[in-house]
Amino acid sequence: MTEKKIRVLIAKPGLDGHDRGAKVVARALRDDGMEVIYTGLRQTPEMIAEAALQEDVDAIGLSILSGAHNALVPKVLADVRANGQTDVVVFVGGIIPEVDIQPLLDQGVFKIYGPGTDTRQVCKDIREAVSAKALA
Amino acid sequence: MTSDFIDSLRKGNRLALSRILSQVEDGTNNGKAALEELFLQTGAAQKIGVTGPPGSGKSTLVNALARELRKRQPDQKVAIIAVDPSSPFTGGALLGDRVRMLNLQDDKQIFIRSMASRGALGGLAEQTEALSQVFDAAGYGFILIETVGAGQSEVDVVNLAHTTIVVDTPGMGDDIQSIKAGILEIADILVVNKADRPGADQSASHLRNMVEMGYSKAITRHHLEDTLNSPGEVSQPQNWVPPVLKTVASQFEGIEHLTDAVLSHADYLRQSGQWHAKDRAAIRANIRRQLIVELLNDFRQNVPAEVVDSLVEQAQNRLISPNEAVRELLAYNRINTLKSSE
Repeated sequence: MTEKKIRVLIAKPGLDGHDRGAKVVARALRDDGMEVIYTGLRQTPEMIAEAALQEDVDAIGLSILSGAHNALVPKVLADVRANGQTDVVVFVGGIIPEVDIQPLLDQGVFKIYGPGTDTRQVCKDIREAVSAKALA
Repeated sequence: MTSDFIDSLRKGNRLALSRILSQVEDGTNNGKAALEELFLQTGAAQKIGVTGPPGSGKSTLVNALARELRKRQPDQKVAIIAVDPSSPFTGGALLGDRVRMLNLQDDKQIFIRSMASRGALGGLAEQTEALSQVFDAAGYGFILIETVGAGQSEVDVVNLAHTTIVVDTPGMGDDIQSIKAGILEIADILVVNKADRPGADQSASHLRNMVEMGYSKAITRHHLEDTLNSPGEVSQPQNWVPPVLKTVASQFEGIEHLTDAVLSHADYLRQSGQWHAKDRAAIRANIRRQLIVELLNDFRQNVPAEVVDSLVEQAQNRLISPNEAVRELLAYNRINTLKSSE
């Protein structure tokens, strides 16, 4: 029972009410053997950072369909780092326009997944990213 | 593990707390060493178990109770350990209890930790008790432990909690009867949640009747046990009658009464000597559990698998009985223990 489990927080910041994508990813990560903490709709960046802190997660997945990603994602990144969790992998799913992708990646987002992403790819990416951090 | 570290936990370094919780949960060497130190600082917290069938509103009730406890005793921190099941097939888990606890996150004196059961049966995870000890040592005065949705046999929480709350809902039909029989014995407080639904009064009065019936039995049983115990461990006769309370946790209705009951149960435990007795029983169970694991490990080191296999084969060929095989294995183990201690 000493195997290290990967713990992932799946959260929906902001005000849009469409959580199907978040639930599909949460389910896929669960089926891949990870422990997924699901927090539901309408989270502020502060609430997400607080949950990530209490749960000591390895990764955070943010689902955003509202178009507010340029405001929300940097705030989550900043709050999580301010709490001292500097090595958490943050990934984003949802509708993110092409032009916004690179700036978000530059700010420290690990990957951005659009509609139609194969969830197996997501699981594989997260696994690799988390174990790379663990070795570093 | 230094006293500095424990100090920083007590002063509210929540990152350190969160990380040590993970280490303890994963059973790392660091975590084990920390827990040995931390245990010496435990014993002050009231551990409150909340159990009941899936969908009865445990998380919502825990959420409301945590709020009210903070309101009543603002100088006490509250920890919540919420256990959800792991998949037996993939080992993964979806931990969703936080969804019902969102309004606690603005209070930095409340710390919520989700836990996957990781294959343990009985309603808790193997390390749930250990995590509760970390919170206890870190100065959390109330520790709420929410079990996985429980049916009949998931009663491990009793061994751990000072106060066990069993949550039920109205209108669950005839199926509920069997559950009631199983859970009545472990409840210190019974809650009929979602009491704004039809049938709540009926459910509550049914539970009250069953409590009254069980209560007379409990007294006889406890008196019997007292006479069998050694003089040092004689406990007071039980005189706590589990109250049956109606709540609508999502509307915060009935939560004041529930909190009254939780706090007066702690008073009762302390005054009657049961607090001490429960603490002792929990420690005894903990030691026994670890001892069994370690004895098995010892055995595996002393007795090669081939020896076991050959005895299995002899038994399968009906040359010896399983009983005899066990006797031989124990003898083998004893000899090798002597050898290794020389």
